[in-house]
Parts: sequence; C-alpha cells; structure tokens
Amino acid sequence: MQEYIMAPWPWWVAGILIGLVVPAMSILAGKAFGISTSLQQMGAMCTAGRGPSYLRDYDRRAGMWTLVFVIGIFLGGFIGTYFLSADEVEFLPASFHSLSGAWRLLIGGFLIGFGARYAGGCTSGHSITGIANLNWPSLVATIFFFVGGLAVTWGAVLLAG
Amino acid sequence: MSAATDNLPNEQLDATTDKPAGSAPLQKPTDPSKNAWTPAWVYLMVLLSGIYLGIVFVKSEVATWQRVHKMFLFQEAHMYLIISLAIVVAGVSMLWIKRWKIPGLDGKPVEYEPKPYKPGIIFGGIAFGAGWALTGACPGPIYVQIGGGEWMALLTLAGALAGMFCFAFLKPKLP
Repeated sequence: MQEYIMAPWPWWVAGILIGLVVPAMSILAGKAFGISTSLQQMGAMCTAGRGPSYLRDYDRRAGMWTLVFVIGIFLGGFIGTYFLSADEVEFLPASFHSLSGAWRLLIGGFLIGFGARYAGGCTSGHSITGIANLNWPSLVATIFFFVGGLAVTWGAVLLAG
Repeated sequence: MSAATDNLPNEQLDATTDKPAGSAPLQKPTDPSKNAWTPAWVYLMVLLSGIYLGIVFVKSEVATWQRVHKMFLFQEAHMYLIISLAIVVAGVSMLWIKRWKIPGLDGKPVEYEPKPYKPGIIFGGIAFGAGWALTGACPGPIYVQIGGGEWMALLTLAGALAGMFCFAFLKPKLP
C-alpha cells in the first residue's frame, strides 16, 4: 500500500479525487471550488479599499476563504513533495532555472493572472466546477483555454522547425 | 434552482453583499455569519480541502510542467483523462446533491452561482491558456510548486499578481 502512495498516482485516482473537491467544498464549506479568485483577494488586500473598482468594491471579508484555501494548497504541495513522494519531484525542468526561464515564468504568470481574471475563472472554477454545474460559458472558456495553450505550444514547435 | 424555497430570500441577500438595505426591509439578520467574518470551522474545512487538493496535485503530477507540455503536444492522455474524469465525478456529485437537496454542513442548501458569459471568456481564456502552456501551471499548481520547494514558481505568482493588477486597472476599458 505504502509504495502505491509514494509513487505517482494513476490518472483515474487523480480524476476521482479532484472531482470530489467540488461536492466536498459545497457541502463542507458552502463554497464553489475555484482558485484564481485568490489573486483578486490578494490584490484587494494590497490596495486596502482603494484603487480600481475591481479591487475597491471587492468584499475582502467574504473572500478571505480563498486565501485560506490557497495556503492549504501550498501546504499540500509541501506535504505531497517532501512526505508522500519516494522520488524527488521535478515541477519545472532544469532549463527554467535560468534568466530566460525566469522571464518565461514572469510573462506566463502575467498571462495567467490577467487571463484568468478576465475570463472570470481558471481550470478549477470554469473547467471543473463550471462545466460540472452545466454552465455553458464555462465550456466556452475551457475551449479557449486550449486554443491559447495549443497556439503557444504548437507555435513554438513550428518556429523551432 | 431546486433549493428549499423558504430559505431562499436569506441566501440571496447573503450572496450579494452590496444590496441596499432598503431592498429587504423586514429581513433581520438571524444568521450570525451575515455581515461578519466567516465562522472558523468553515476556514478549517477550506484549509483541509486545500491541503488535500495540494497533495493530489503533486501526486497526480498535474502540477508538473512536463505533463502539461505533453498534454498540449497530444503526446499524453494523462491530463485529458484527469480533467475529464474530474468533471464527470464533480458533475454527477452535484446532480445528486441537487436532486436529493443535500444541504451543506451549515444547513443552507447547496447552490451554484453561474459564471456569466462575457467577451473575457474568449480573450481572457486565450491569454490564460497561453500562460498555462508557458509556465506549466494554472493557479492551483503555482501554489503547489512553491510549497514543493520550486522557488522559481514565485516568479509565476508575481507575474500572475501583476496580470491581475493590470486587469483591475484596464477592466473599464476592456470589452
């Protein structure tokens, strides 16, 4: 049993366990599973009631759970990496530990933050929670997530020849 | 929604925080969570859900750049299978919750507030997808990578916050 836990988990275990987060958070906490709102929460806490209306009019108290949630995800990342993995986990390839890699992460991160908030959600809020609740705009969002991702990936492949 | 209708007016008040007080003159807040901090046990549940999810993200390698890259290259079905199965499991669960009117721990009916369609779904969606492909992370895995000691992911988070601020300022001018 222990060796199965310490090895990477198969897709069907992961799919079931991730899917169960949606009903779990609905029932246990009365929250809709979503992660990128935590960025808006942090922004609103930085501007502290001032700034653009997107942050000024945001309810920081009601949204505080999103920050608690991502602190949990951070802790889970720590536990999963250092206590539940037999082999060292390589999140990013070694090539990212360079100046060009740093720029790539910064620019990619910018697109993540801008795009997720503009679209009103990310893979969790739209692709999983949204589609699971039969919310059709979330399906449209997911299609365009893949349009963007495939364009960048295959654009790079074609440029590299 | 098929929620218990006698509870509905209260719930809707709770959801829209900026509703003028005059719109519901007779609604005295009976629920202590109204206009107050979320109760501590809710935060505990949210924290535990986050820890659980973070562990699953590491162990399923959803937060691994190579997995995301191979998904976009159509070299691996791993990510597609995980996302599809997660949607099915979540969808069936929510269907059951709605059909059997299973309430939350707080006794309130479980409800989903739909995310509306807007042009940002397309333009923001494309930008988000591009960022996902570049960094190998969507927002959840950013936090997982940092927690797992991949400190370079702090740059992804810094970029994401910059992008969020940029959107906050540009929002009035965007379609």
